[in-house]
Amino acid sequence: MTRPLAGAEVAEGVQGALPGAGVKGEGGTIWVEARDLLPVARYLKEEPGLAMDCLANLTAVDYLDHFEVVYHLLSIQHNHSLVLKVRLEGREGLGVPSVTPLWKGADLQEREVYDLLGIAFSGHPNLKRILTWEGFPGHALRKDFV
Amino acid sequence: MALRTEPIVLNMGPQHPSTHGVFRMRVTFDGEVIVGLDPVFGYLHRGFDKLAESRTYTQFIPLTDRLDYLASMSNNFGYCLAVERLAGIEVPERAEYIRVIMAEMMRISSHLMAIGFFLNDCGAFFTPLLYMYREREKLLDLFDMVSGQRLTYNYMRIGGVSHDLPPEFLPALRKFVQEMPAFIDEYDQLLAENEILLARSKGVGILPREMAINASASGPVLRASGVKWDLRKKDPYSVYPRFDFDIPTAETGDCYDRYRVKVQEMRQSLRILEQALAQIPEGPVRAEGPHLVRPPRGEVYSRIEAPKGELGFYIVSDGSVAPYRLHVRGPSFINLTALREMCLGWKLADAIAILGSIDIVMGEVDR
Repeated sequence: MTRPLAGAEVAEGVQGALPGAGVKGEGGTIWVEARDLLPVARYLKEEPGLAMDCLANLTAVDYLDHFEVVYHLLSIQHNHSLVLKVRLEGREGLGVPSVTPLWKGADLQEREVYDLLGIAFSGHPNLKRILTWEGFPGHALRKDFV
Repeated sequence: MALRTEPIVLNMGPQHPSTHGVFRMRVTFDGEVIVGLDPVFGYLHRGFDKLAESRTYTQFIPLTDRLDYLASMSNNFGYCLAVERLAGIEVPERAEYIRVIMAEMMRISSHLMAIGFFLNDCGAFFTPLLYMYREREKLLDLFDMVSGQRLTYNYMRIGGVSHDLPPEFLPALRKFVQEMPAFIDEYDQLLAENEILLARSKGVGILPREMAINASASGPVLRASGVKWDLRKKDPYSVYPRFDFDIPTAETGDCYDRYRVKVQEMRQSLRILEQALAQIPEGPVRAEGPHLVRPPRGEVYSRIEAPKGELGFYIVSDGSVAPYRLHVRGPSFINLTALREMCLGWKLADAIAILGSIDIVMGEVDR
């Protein structure tokens, strides 16, 4: 059985290793500030006890007043999982750092989120639209796109 | 004096028999050798994630048929399971067995197609594929018997399945399960040590273990790279813990390994089917409850081992009759992440074999 990790415990570990990092645990989720995403993700991947070696799923949700980028992390080595979320306020100029340097599996998935929800992933090697075409008006999965 | 050369860019697809649907690979060659590959997606994008937001939970089931349309039952299964987890619905035992039976039949059917088309891509034009079609046809007859359809079954429901198996189904399935191993032996005789297949696939398009994990590969692609990872065992769902079966893996992660793993998985699926046939209980096939499902506020990420890998559904509910947000994690799509790395340094004909060995269905890639 894949064991879901407790967000609070993981957040505590992150704060121990990266003092000042904006993280908060809640249920099976760890909330991370966008600016701290890359170091926190690197810690989750490289800390031997966590070893989140696989990014199983990446998506985002439009909540009208804010967006959430959702990362479903998996450790194939330990068979446990963790949900990582980044909250982005507002609707325009949204961006988070790309996690492609850590997990290649983010490549196509970040492009999909960029295409359909309009969240830019800085540092992505090839951030282009993927399912709709270049020049497509707007971002189809946003709630205000009819 | 050095000869002045230029790279050539070739568009494979979107209309090309080896791309299994409308998919384009923009390939850059130095002479005959691939030095760049850029997959181009979206030709079959129908916006399922968005369509789900304006449909009730039940109304989305027929759309899941059109994701990986060679494994519709598995998609039904994955989606219904996700909604049941979100809404806390218990499925009657007989329905669980029916679902597992359907999912394993589907795996055999999907792998038959995958192997047949892979050999097609290797240049064994349609002869092996027609052998595979012969057995798949029997499975389609069985699916037809339960759902009235051959491709898009729309058979499962939230809380069970739409109706019970017809009386002639189980005997017919028993007959299939008895006969099928001999056919797999026949494929092995024809293919497993076939010199041309070995020459075309051994050592070609290697996906190393570390990269397979890092690129989120799943299913037979991941297992062929030596990772013993199967959600039916590692994160069991439904009644899978009751069955005894193995996870076939291979070592090198080349095209041949991806082919071999699929053949072995068909044998394991037959083992599961045999046990399920012996154990299947009588009883209701659908949970009691309102037909209009309103899951409480919350979210779920639920995944199953579909024939092509981890099929995940991320659903956010706002308590209404339609999902607030639904995201499909299609294994075919994500298995393509490492396509470029697998193809670099090989020739065009190898790229086609590599793409064939990954086993994609565009309905699931573009959604």
